Amino acid sequence: MKRYDLIVVGAGPAGLSAAIEAAKRGLSVVVFDENAKPGGQLFKQIHKFFGSKEHKAKIRGFKIGEELLEEASGAGVEVVLNAVVTGLYLDKEVVVKLGGEIVHYKGDAVIVATGASENMVTFDGWTLPGVIGAGAAQTMMNLHHIQPGSKILMLGSGNVGLVVSFQLLQAGCEVVALVDAAPRIGGYGVHAAKIARCGVPFYLSHTIIKADGDNRVTGVTIGEVDQTWSVIPGTEKQFEVDTICLAVGLSPMSQLLKMAGCAMEENPGKGGLVPVCGEFGETSVPGLFVAGDVSGIEEASSAMIEGRVAGAAAARRLGFMEETELGARLEELETALSSLRQGMFAPRNKGKTPIHTDEGCPISSNLLKKGYLTDDEVPAYPGVKSVKGIHPVIECTQNIPCNPCQDACPKQCIKIGANITALPAVDENSVCIGCGMCVAACSGQSIFLVDEDAGEGCASIVIPYEFVPLPAPGQRGIALDRSGAELCPAEVVSVKSAQAFDHTNLLTMKVPREMGMRARFFKLPKEVRA
Amino acid sequence: MRIEEHPILGKPQRGRLVPFLFDGKPLEGYEGEPIAAALKAAGVMVHRYTAKTHTPRGMFCAIGRCTDCVMVVDGQPNVRTCVTPLAEGMDVKTQYGVSAGQEASSGKAGGGA
Repeated sequence: MKRYDLIVVGAGPAGLSAAIEAAKRGLSVVVFDENAKPGGQLFKQIHKFFGSKEHKAKIRGFKIGEELLEEASGAGVEVVLNAVVTGLYLDKEVVVKLGGEIVHYKGDAVIVATGASENMVTFDGWTLPGVIGAGAAQTMMNLHHIQPGSKILMLGSGNVGLVVSFQLLQAGCEVVALVDAAPRIGGYGVHAAKIARCGVPFYLSHTIIKADGDNRVTGVTIGEVDQTWSVIPGTEKQFEVDTICLAVGLSPMSQLLKMAGCAMEENPGKGGLVPVCGEFGETSVPGLFVAGDVSGIEEASSAMIEGRVAGAAAARRLGFMEETELGARLEELETALSSLRQGMFAPRNKGKTPIHTDEGCPISSNLLKKGYLTDDEVPAYPGVKSVKGIHPVIECTQNIPCNPCQDACPKQCIKIGANITALPAVDENSVCIGCGMCVAACSGQSIFLVDEDAGEGCASIVIPYEFVPLPAPGQRGIALDRSGAELCPAEVVSVKSAQAFDHTNLLTMKVPREMGMRARFFKLPKEVRA
Repeated sequence: MRIEEHPILGKPQRGRLVPFLFDGKPLEGYEGEPIAAALKAAGVMVHRYTAKTHTPRGMFCAIGRCTDCVMVVDGQPNVRTCVTPLAEGMDVKTQYGVSAGQEASSGKAGGGA
């Protein structure tokens, strides 16, 4: 039986981070993963991540995946792919199916980072081809370059549903509706706003009644639900779609831990059955650690830190690290982790709906129901100031852990402060030079540069633009408002695509002056798009 | 439909275009991509019919977990097409129950192997 200091199960963000942290301290480390490629779900994440610099904020998920793989290979981590871990037994014996063979390994420490699986909901016709998971949609479009469908209905308004809907639009698909049985949008307001302004309608307090079609999905019927989640007769709405995408949450894949005899708990706040953990992700079985979604559903940024914590703790346990060194490293990691777990979407605030931000600004109820701020709600936030000349307008209205905009501005126009969940504030005394770094740095695409009086009765607006084809200067089209409704004619003034913007193009459009604070998206006329 | 240009990912890097068979009909796909991706690009949605109720199934999770997309590939049933790379000349067949025989499906429910 082959022995390693540390065996890691799962080569996703948590598992790779754990392996790197331990291998750097001299442990012999192997990572088993059932997939043909490492990285877990990171390589499907083409959006810029949230957080702070230390969390790799504003870097796209797949780039973070590439960095992790490079770091892992540099640290001497052995990654074994197409390796299905089928058993985890007493004394940390790990049973792996490799090809047609069953191989036994022994780890002095084991870190389980198996991640999560997607939840599903059932309705009439849910087994029809064309009903897919949100993860499947990401896999098809972002890994295999295939549109999951042409007309798609998304069920679920958590961050997965919102992010995948935007990615579907980027892949050239039409998202006909975003539906959630909950009365409020579950994910970040900025994620909702960027799909609302593209014209995707939100149907909160709605659920799918049935999928139509004999051999494949040809349509879907939704209906409004009352407080007991029953469909209210007469509220049915029908859409012609070829695809229904389900983004209804994740469950920890904790089966191996249960098998290993770890004390388990059913914890709805963590997404289901999870191991009871002590400090540093150690389970009730000494030397058996967990990291990432398997220990409670969060997201990739915190999974990577949890992985580092477990990796360091395993190194200490096996004597590869001094207690003092461990203490210092853990303090650093815990600080990074706790800053991600602040704000209104923090795990401890799950299910709560605050009515004010930490700053005392009202939370927009329209944003929570329709996905966008109304014109009269916008001025209530510290990132929105009416200043002469070009200036950033930051429509970031919830306390979420993210601050790249603050670092992006070379003129210090944008202030967040030490608490990364604070709303960004525009400093009226700083002078914006219109460089657009903040627009490109904002992972939520919620920053616009506006000059409300750009001359000739026009306002100019710089918007983040991540679609193809890229409009050309001089091209005329239609400005859409925050709800995605057509507002007024617009003309493209310039399109900037610097490397530092990382594929977030800065599109400057000219609109009638009174539309400067209303126009938020540019649409090419139909004949050009086709 | 295949994505030929993506705002973030650019133009996709693909393998060689290779021929394969779907239910005896010649199709083309890119070598190394999942069989399911090649089928999807060709507009094929139904991968199999269930044994008991003879209802259609297609790709669902796309990561080899749900097994809804299994088909008969080169004579072997229950191949997860979403994680099995396409190779030149593959013989891919709709699966009825656990076999490739269409005749099994036209009869009673339960038409499998």
